[in-house]
Amino acid sequence: MNFLLDALAYIFDPANWAANATSPAPLGDRILEHLEYTAIAAGAATLIALPLGFYIGHTGKGRQAVIGVTGAMRALPALGVLYFVTMVAGYQLPFLVAATVGSLIALTLLAIPSVLAGAYSGLESVDRQTIDAARANGMTEMQILLRVEIPLSLPLIIGGIRAAVLQVVATATIASFAGLGGLGRVIASGIGLNDFTVLLAGALLVTALALLLDAVFALIQKVTAVRLEADDTPVAEEASAAAGAAASGRGSE
Amino acid sequence: MLSRAAGVTTRLIPHMAPPLASWIALDKSKDEPTAMIEFRSVTKKFPDGTVAVDDFSLTMPSHETTVLVGSSGCGKTTILRMINRMVDATAGQVLIDGEDVANRDKVQLRRSIGYVLQAAGLLPHRHVVDNVATVPILNGTPKAQAREDALELLDKVGLDRSLAHRYPRQLSGGQQQRVGVARALASDPNILLMDEPFGAVDPIVRADLQAELGRLQSELGKTIVFVTHDIEEAFALADTVVIFRKGGKIAQKGTPAEILANPADEFVETFIGADKARRRLRLEQAAEGGTIVVDGDGRVAGVLDDDARSTRGDAVS
Repeated sequence: MNFLLDALAYIFDPANWAANATSPAPLGDRILEHLEYTAIAAGAATLIALPLGFYIGHTGKGRQAVIGVTGAMRALPALGVLYFVTMVAGYQLPFLVAATVGSLIALTLLAIPSVLAGAYSGLESVDRQTIDAARANGMTEMQILLRVEIPLSLPLIIGGIRAAVLQVVATATIASFAGLGGLGRVIASGIGLNDFTVLLAGALLVTALALLLDAVFALIQKVTAVRLEADDTPVAEEASAAAGAAASGRGSE
Repeated sequence: MLSRAAGVTTRLIPHMAPPLASWIALDKSKDEPTAMIEFRSVTKKFPDGTVAVDDFSLTMPSHETTVLVGSSGCGKTTILRMINRMVDATAGQVLIDGEDVANRDKVQLRRSIGYVLQAAGLLPHRHVVDNVATVPILNGTPKAQAREDALELLDKVGLDRSLAHRYPRQLSGGQQQRVGVARALASDPNILLMDEPFGAVDPIVRADLQAELGRLQSELGKTIVFVTHDIEEAFALADTVVIFRKGGKIAQKGTPAEILANPADEFVETFIGADKARRRLRLEQAAEGGTIVVDGDGRVAGVLDDDARSTRGDAVS
């Protein structure tokens, strides 16, 4: 319990947030770095995986191949990819650039499978009848995608991005292994200095950041889902019955 | 005005339908596209080798309701979907007013043809009014105008305007089907394709919707192709009934009266239930005077209306 209190005391000590604080502080900088890595990696993964997922979900083509490849990608150890890419890139690039490239590629690869799965399974979940009707009404394939499939599967698509962001934010700590910043540096310092207070403070900050981001995405997901579920309030059975009666009355005129 | 009156009569006295309807068609052909649909030796073979339709030829007259009826898997839906190229024929031609649909852009073709499906197929994330306005908006009608028109269509299909800003799932099955019909009519197409549109609603609502469709058709005079497996529905709506066997083969084609009076063979006889007691009506003199109609089981089916008898006499003579 003391560890925890000490760690919290470390986090809430204004000195550790001051601009001139000693490494691994200032904590604000580390958090911003961490968010930066997460945003870039998740953003890149989304740019790559969403169009691919939409293509698979819309056409049903290439599903097996992509599931196989992304399954294998999930099994890749992020740290291994980080070291590998950093080393290979290190032959050509300055060390810090190589490390950045290595970290971002490792994190992007980590994020792709979730985004991809969210996109294609989202599109596949849309009722075939609805799509058939949209096509029969004369929507082009692009209109079907943009006006029917994507709006209807938005909660699942965002769910995929949410899972990816969560994984990346938790894993972005590895960037410090390549000499970069982020909250991993706080944890690494704690290990290096044998200072469990600092180590735990870093871990707590990562956890808090992950929970916060997850809450934000949960909110976005909820907002997009609201329109689809609408109010399933007992839509006035009477009102519809009355309308039906009025309609049939008109019919028999 | 004339067509409206004729339509009403058509509904009351089905026997009169063919001559009147074809007369209306002739009359309209002067100033409107006729929207006649013609199948010439059409074959559809699916990639898995199934031959759904084999060497099928049929002409569906304009401004009339042609009902394709048969048990499931007989190819009737495939035939329907070849008209708006939701299915492309493997061989043969489908022509609308003499033009091969294969030469037309799929998207434009579909926008020019109304389509109503069994489960309505409404867009669940859009309000009723926006669902109805779908095709006009795709065609570039300004949204406000399209919505205004959509509200009028809701009136036309007998839906209260208060439902316009509901989501489809907040409507009953019958109401959803009405929205489906309104959507199909929104671009004022000459042709209306209906694929078992009333199959998923209960019998009372179905009868209601059938009557409503009859009323609409008497006003609008579209070329309707209607697919169903329910022979009663076919007889209730059709100018021409086409009965199918498996493989898209026509067992018999004719007006409801022709088919009932002269079933082509045993298959048709069984299909239309000509051998069933409820189809075998005869007249009996009631004890109190007046004539009643009795079915094969001796159950009273109704009374013989003197007016109806004389009207029918006129039509026949």
